[in-house]
Amino acid sequence: MLLIPCPHCGPRDETEFRYGGQAGVAYPPDPDALGDADWVGYLFLRDNPKGAWRERWVHVAGCRRWFDLTRDTLTNVIGRDP
Amino acid sequence: MSWRLSAGGSRIDRSRPVEISFDGRALAAFAGDTLASALLANGIDIVGRSIHDERPRGVVSAGPEEPSALVQVRWPDGASEPMVRATTLLVEDGLTASSLAGKGRLETTEDGARFDAVHKHVEVLIVGAGASGLAAAAAARAARPDDRILVVDADPRASGPDVLADTTVLGLYDHGFAIAVQRRPTATTEGRTWRIRAGRTVLATGATERPIAFANDDRPGIMLAGAAAAYVERYGVAPGRHAVIFTTNDTTTAVAATLVEAGIEVVGMVDARRGEVVVDTLADAAGRLAGVLVARLGDDGGVDPATVRTLAADLLAVSGGWNPNVALWSQARGTLRFDPGIAAFVPDAPGPQGGIEAVGSAAGDIDDLGTVAPLWVVPPLRPVGAATTDATIDPWATHYVDLGRDATVATLRRALGAGLESIEHVKRYTTIGTGADQGKTSGVLTSAIAAAILGQEVGAIGVPTYRPPTSPVTFAQLAGRDRGWLADPVRVTSLHPWHVAHGAVFEDVGQWKRPRFFPQPGESMDDAVLRESSAARTTVAAMDATTLGKIDLQGPDAATFLDRIYTNTFSTLKVGSCRYGLMCRADGMAFDDGVTARLAEDRFLMTTTTGNAAAVLDHLEEWLQTEWPDLRVAATSVTEQWATVAVVGPRSREVVAALVPSLDVSNGAFPFMTWREAVIVGTPGRVFRISFSGELAFELNVPTWHGQALWEAVLAGGEDVGSPVTPYGTETLHVLRAEKGYPIIGQETDGTTTPQDLGLGALVSTKKDFIGRRSLRRPDAIRPDRKQLVGLLPVDPEVRLPEGAQLVARDVDLGQSPVPMLGHVTSSYRSAALGRTFALALIRGGRDRVGERVVAPLLDGTVVEADIGPSVLFDPDNTRRDGEPAA
Repeated sequence: MLLIPCPHCGPRDETEFRYGGQAGVAYPPDPDALGDADWVGYLFLRDNPKGAWRERWVHVAGCRRWFDLTRDTLTNVIGRDP
Repeated sequence: MSWRLSAGGSRIDRSRPVEISFDGRALAAFAGDTLASALLANGIDIVGRSIHDERPRGVVSAGPEEPSALVQVRWPDGASEPMVRATTLLVEDGLTASSLAGKGRLETTEDGARFDAVHKHVEVLIVGAGASGLAAAAAARAARPDDRILVVDADPRASGPDVLADTTVLGLYDHGFAIAVQRRPTATTEGRTWRIRAGRTVLATGATERPIAFANDDRPGIMLAGAAAAYVERYGVAPGRHAVIFTTNDTTTAVAATLVEAGIEVVGMVDARRGEVVVDTLADAAGRLAGVLVARLGDDGGVDPATVRTLAADLLAVSGGWNPNVALWSQARGTLRFDPGIAAFVPDAPGPQGGIEAVGSAAGDIDDLGTVAPLWVVPPLRPVGAATTDATIDPWATHYVDLGRDATVATLRRALGAGLESIEHVKRYTTIGTGADQGKTSGVLTSAIAAAILGQEVGAIGVPTYRPPTSPVTFAQLAGRDRGWLADPVRVTSLHPWHVAHGAVFEDVGQWKRPRFFPQPGESMDDAVLRESSAARTTVAAMDATTLGKIDLQGPDAATFLDRIYTNTFSTLKVGSCRYGLMCRADGMAFDDGVTARLAEDRFLMTTTTGNAAAVLDHLEEWLQTEWPDLRVAATSVTEQWATVAVVGPRSREVVAALVPSLDVSNGAFPFMTWREAVIVGTPGRVFRISFSGELAFELNVPTWHGQALWEAVLAGGEDVGSPVTPYGTETLHVLRAEKGYPIIGQETDGTTTPQDLGLGALVSTKKDFIGRRSLRRPDAIRPDRKQLVGLLPVDPEVRLPEGAQLVARDVDLGQSPVPMLGHVTSSYRSAALGRTFALALIRGGRDRVGERVVAPLLDGTVVEADIGPSVLFDPDNTRRDGEPAA
């Protein structure tokens, strides 16, 4: 079980959090400007790297705030930027 | 005959006799004995039969690595437990055990034993309280005196500062997290799960002796050499009278001395390093070890038949070497390498993340090992394929590798011969290492033998991945107190005591208990629902609607926010009015629905589906925080703050008028889809004119504390106006809404259903963006043959279709596979208002098929015909929502 550093509450067990997938995938400012393929890319297609990446978490059983962190998908080490 | 020695036994207390029973036989033991030592002390060396081959089996080890002596235990309190290792089970008065044939029997009655769990946070976790572990603890203490240190050891007798004894670490996970199980932490607690978070972890887990594979290596009387010495030293028990020691290393020197000192004759010291090996064993009539065949290995690695001699012996103590206990290291994803110096796998760099280190034997630093002969398997004496042998008998078939699984070298050869090369595949094919001992004695042996057969290096083969748990653990232990009604929170409304007192039958909706129906004496559910729904359509009925999710949205941008959340527009909603809203996820699929009221310019009260309330609040928070932090809106759950009673039916107005005399309930003053503040049962509350049945209806909201008073006042109000109020439950709610074609998100939808599929296209705004809008013009979202919500009327009006039934065309060949499906039944009921059964269904292109007949082939072989109708089967023109229409 991961020990996740909530920026507001400090390190807490993973069971207090919900995962939010890849960070930095913004809602397109004008969805109608996107073709079907680009829209599907926004909806469904995410990176899946081996190594460090940015991802989203929400502290659902704590402060209920969303935040981003960097986690190495191979080692689960948190906090070292790629 | 007693095999208890007259003296010795560091772990037993000869002043405290204990009486136990095994297979119905009373046995004398001492406090401190394990079941295994007690059995050996009483001359019982056959402890069970093997799982497939039914061979007699005895005690192999003196610890948790035991693959063979597994028994069924019945505790003095009556509880029974299968597959308990006799080598770690401490005896107590009244303990009853029985032999097994390789597998145990689960209790069919509930386990009344109590288990609990604790959390522990330490700077340093040390696994193992042996010399290395205690030294690591002392060093940690000296370096940082204020650090919290925990030393965990499986041995009940382990002691020392910060030592938690009788506790096994089952798993080591990310970020210093470990799970351990403590046996009998208190007199009334069977076990305790420790969830440990450590700053760093020291693995002082020691090493485990491993066997050597040879013909008939599984007979009772053959055990690991260290175990033979342990029974003498710890328990004062002679595991035999005439011993042969078969070794590859120096650790057996001390074993021999211990046996001799105890008066056990060592009739042979077979040292592989001198070219001598045990090639086979002999048994007495019962299957116990009676003799050992010893021979020399020839230069080609085969057994030289001319050198075979037989030694009479009842104990064969085997040491094939020592494996560092690297299971936790490996679980934490530390790498391993094969060290030819000790012929074993040892922790390698890079180690696991999270400050994990291995010390002592676990790191490969094993005392008194000397040079180790890399001997894993002794070839059969009979040359394979020789003319004198019986070709039907595989000469490798008694070279047991995993006693718990009856897996032999023949099994391994078969697996490799079938083309399996990965040790992971070999494990799964042979099941080696999947027994109760989790491969503690067989794992590395398997890799080495596979390597020999494949002609590869052991290190190149590797070992199968170690996974938690390191030792068997019961589900009851892991569940702890989270069983029965404590498994999940139970949520009840403030009206719940009334429902219980009046015989409600409940159903679970999420964590809520909701009355499903209120049966009167002698009524079935169908009877009750027909009565309840008739009352709602003809007079007046009431339901506890408290469980609907309620979210208070406040802020200057609340209206803008709702326009983005809902498919329809809310910024145009007037204060004092309500609107039904539908929300989608970004993929355009229906996510939730409900009525939202505008309480003020900058304040809304949203309602959600009961089971979806938390998910909707999370959804709102996610979009507010991550996409639109500029919007000034706060979302707060107020589900628990309000009790809600729906008063439904043509005479509901009279009841509400009697109950809230200050409120003008006329259609003109209080029209449909508006809400009013009012004092209800003496407290400020709200009344909503909304309806989920199509009937005239009022939803009364008061603070939770007043819920039961409100409910009782509604019932009393009915008496006052001469129209008793019928309580109804969720089943009637479902029938009433289905008659009107109102979908329930999660029942009519399955995450692939769009608003248009539900026939709610009119609620999808084309004038603004909202979450999911772009998805609704993807080619797949506008296919004409999408499944659409329709009504379904069985041709036989008495037949109720099962929910989930598949629907196919009438002329389809039901013999083909797969049968082309048109859709499925989502809801199905018996309707008082329609005087017949009906259903809702999702059917391909359904709205263009109204009037068509389809069939539902059921599981019982019958085929039900039904006609597709519109989704709104009752009062399609909404003539009833303001009360009984004028005749």
